[in-house]
Amino acid sequence: MEELDGEPTLTLIPGINSKKRQMCFDWGPGEMLVCETLFKKKEKEEKVLGCPFIYIVRKDIDVYSRILRKLFNESHSIFVGLQRIEEESAGKSRKAQLVRVSKNYRSVIRACMEEMHQVAIAAQDPVCGRQYSSQVSILSAMELIWNLCEILFIEVAPAGPLLLHLLDWVRLHVCEMDGLSADVLGSENPNKHENFWNLVTLFVLQGHLDEARQMLSKEADANPASASMCRVLGDLMRTMPILSPGNTQTLTELELKWQHWHEECERHLQDGTFASNPHLESLCKVMLGDDNALLEQKELLSNWYHFLVTRLLYSHPTVKPIELHFYAQSSLDLFLGGDSGPEPLDNILMAAFEFDIHQVIKECSIALSNWWFVAHLTDLLDHCKLLHSHNLYFGSNMREFLLLEYASGLFAHHSLWQLGVDYFDHCPELGRVYLELHIERIPLNTEQKALKVLRICERRQMTEQVRSICKILAMKAVCNNRLGSALSWSIRAKDAAFATLVSDRFLKDYCERGSFSDLDLIDNLGPAMMLSDRLTFLGKYREFHRLYGEKRFLDAASLLLSLMTSQIAPRSFWMTLLTDALPLLEQKQVIFSAEQTYELMQCLEDLTTGRPEPRDLEGQRPQDDDIETTKVEMLRLALARNLARAIVKEGTLEGS
Amino acid sequence: MEEIFAKFVSQKISKTRWRPVPPGSLQPAETFATGSWDNEENSVSLWCIGDFGNLSTDGGFEGDHQLLCDIKHHGDVMDLQFLDQERIVAASSTGCVTIFLHHPNNQTLSVSQEWVGAHYHIGPGSPSYRSAPCTGIVCNSPEIVTVGEDGRINLFRVDYKEAVRTIDNADSSTLHAVTFLRTPEILTVNSIGQLKIWDFRQQGSEPSQILSLTGDRVPLHCVDRHPNQQHVVATGGQDGMLSIWDVRQGSMPVSLLKAHEAEMWEVHFHPSNPDHLFTCSEDGSLWHWDASTDVPEKSSLFHQGGRNSTLLAHPLSNQLNVNQSVISSWLSTDPAKDRIEITSLLPNRTLSVNSLDVLGSCLLCGTDAEAIYVTRQLFS
Repeated sequence: MEELDGEPTLTLIPGINSKKRQMCFDWGPGEMLVCETLFKKKEKEEKVLGCPFIYIVRKDIDVYSRILRKLFNESHSIFVGLQRIEEESAGKSRKAQLVRVSKNYRSVIRACMEEMHQVAIAAQDPVCGRQYSSQVSILSAMELIWNLCEILFIEVAPAGPLLLHLLDWVRLHVCEMDGLSADVLGSENPNKHENFWNLVTLFVLQGHLDEARQMLSKEADANPASASMCRVLGDLMRTMPILSPGNTQTLTELELKWQHWHEECERHLQDGTFASNPHLESLCKVMLGDDNALLEQKELLSNWYHFLVTRLLYSHPTVKPIELHFYAQSSLDLFLGGDSGPEPLDNILMAAFEFDIHQVIKECSIALSNWWFVAHLTDLLDHCKLLHSHNLYFGSNMREFLLLEYASGLFAHHSLWQLGVDYFDHCPELGRVYLELHIERIPLNTEQKALKVLRICERRQMTEQVRSICKILAMKAVCNNRLGSALSWSIRAKDAAFATLVSDRFLKDYCERGSFSDLDLIDNLGPAMMLSDRLTFLGKYREFHRLYGEKRFLDAASLLLSLMTSQIAPRSFWMTLLTDALPLLEQKQVIFSAEQTYELMQCLEDLTTGRPEPRDLEGQRPQDDDIETTKVEMLRLALARNLARAIVKEGTLEGS
Repeated sequence: MEEIFAKFVSQKISKTRWRPVPPGSLQPAETFATGSWDNEENSVSLWCIGDFGNLSTDGGFEGDHQLLCDIKHHGDVMDLQFLDQERIVAASSTGCVTIFLHHPNNQTLSVSQEWVGAHYHIGPGSPSYRSAPCTGIVCNSPEIVTVGEDGRINLFRVDYKEAVRTIDNADSSTLHAVTFLRTPEILTVNSIGQLKIWDFRQQGSEPSQILSLTGDRVPLHCVDRHPNQQHVVATGGQDGMLSIWDVRQGSMPVSLLKAHEAEMWEVHFHPSNPDHLFTCSEDGSLWHWDASTDVPEKSSLFHQGGRNSTLLAHPLSNQLNVNQSVISSWLSTDPAKDRIEITSLLPNRTLSVNSLDVLGSCLLCGTDAEAIYVTRQLFS
């Protein structure tokens, strides 16, 4: 048994007191049934009323959120698109594509987060509002993690650009700035505003040096005393060497320039250039990457990863990916300062800085309440060929395992099951089996829904499922007395046995009522008629009626005879067929030739000798018997007379 | 067809319909109704494309559609039609037909009339009634015709409690859709590839005419009649084929056009520009068919996304009298002319497009991916 990664969560079920009673449960694909069991002890016979309910415990409650449904639906099409780009490209354009896909995923998370935020604000009920707010923070954490993974694993930024990406990452997720800057710049006298220096510091901390310089020039205008100091600091900000995307300078050149600039800052600090203005002095210290100066701004930094990035910006701008985890760890330690332990989010980010993808995914799986995030992130990282070596001990790899879990959750939902299909499709090992098991359990309340499910199965050549769905529908139609529909479905299922059953029902109805129902279907069977012998017979027998109705007696007669001689007609029906021959035998003109008449006689004799003497049968009413005997006698008479007429006619024709 | 707006609405959309614009109005359509299906709780909703500008509440931008109001609907919404400006008729999978009334003053919907159990099965033996889904409706105020899986046709009149006329067992298989042909005549399509014309003036339960696809009896899912030439009818089938019929002659389609890869759920002639036709399908695509002959050199290019691949839309079977007085562009079999330009309107296809509606230059569709797409610059 493996060690547990975290404490299992406890779900309390109202109404069941687990201390006094036993519970039983059963697993479903996405949920669990729980109920109380009656466990009687023999001594005590007193009856205590138990809990009369069966509870459904859902594993993946996020699936049921209205807003998150948008996330699932939108990301589904991104996912499908990602699976398609697979083969087409390689190298650089492939990387660009993957980054674009990653950005698409993130923008969907952001859109969802914004909507959730709106709803949280608008919520009347504080409990609801809190729930929405916690969802917002979960979504925001997901986006934060995803973005970092995108920079480190997908973009794989080298030293230099790496820091620029990280800076963007921090700027995107620490958004106190927007409110603050609107607040300060919107006021009449910005430099008199109480948060003026906070804003300037924040600009510097996030590397917005141009904005910081503008602020300083405002200060210089208002305060001639500190104007020269502001100018000096502004110059330092302006001259800080940074890597710009279009620049061709090498990393070494940059490092050299940066070193010079750093020394100049150092000199100003030593010379006490800013000694008279504590604000400017602390800014200068920040720009020197001084840990203590940075930690003084803890409130503005708000979290350790911001601290990390600012620290790197002003002390190691050309940090290599491989060195990141060292700085990350020390930043975390310094920032928390032993006050509190790291939270799950901290652990996840730290794992990412350590380039331990599996740890990231594992921690996310434990910390987040749904499979959406890990399934999609893992799939994307797998497309970056980062996970190939990792196989799980239960059959499939991690990507597939997570996708299967996520898709199973979708299938447990009454409405989102359609999305799950495409996820199963892209699980090469077990996806098919999962789909087969899940698809059969979709409740089919209308034919339209059934058609959609059938289309899913047919596209994937899941013949067994197609057959079973058609059979269910055929059976339903039979129960509803819709024989035409039932026949259509059994034809679609190519289910010969069921087609025979339905055909028999048609023939029985015919015998009872003397007319066919559902002619529009039976007349148009076409090649489907060959599905079962009984169905062929039904179609042909109806054709006989049509020919007879159209007074094409010769054709009708030979069809009727062939139905018996070819053994298509069931024995039980022969008497009806022979009775149908009676009016043909009694026509004025001769229809059955002598040879055909012999064959008819043969059929009649087969039928009467084949069965036991009616009198031996017990329980048969003599009345039925009489009718039967009369019928046979009438037939014999008619056949004999027809034979005589046929012989005479054929004789005359030959003679003439 | 540049701007097409998508909005995810957290419910699978089964039907989308524009509210008819008042006669004589030059305003483009801006209000539409949608119905959902396969939800735990389904609803009929009314939406508005407002030019609210910055006023929109939930961050929507111009051209985006906003929810006006919605109301719970029992069962899947199988079909949806506007009876007039204020009233919407919905068909339910529970066999119920409901008229919803829109109150523009306080933006609410209410049930104004209901025919519960309009469609039902009778089990064998003892008379046990089971509800059957109502699959299609067509309105011509005050008359409403409904068809269902029970093969029954009902004629309702607004404000009458009972059906004015019912044809039990009108069809041995499922009826999928219905439309008016000429006033007392309706046309139904069923799941064994037949098109039947019924005349309410005739008593009895026999159709006045049956037309059918030959061969494989492919189920037909949708039908629409040419707005000006009432004998021209388009249907869409399970195999995604588009069939054009001339109900005056023959019992077979005039032409069969290879179209979608899966069930065609809806087909609509453009109401005022009937040389244009629109279809949508289970395969997730929405197509615009242009058969207008006034374009001098008609190419048969098939546009999809950025790539152009050629697809010749040629009739697979022809059966037509030459001496026709008015030749519709849809019935033309002249090989030089019968090329139809097809444009795919949705960028990336995934899940089924269940419904579409077109009015003026406005097009609307709803999908199983829980998105509603709207464009108001169709012919630009």
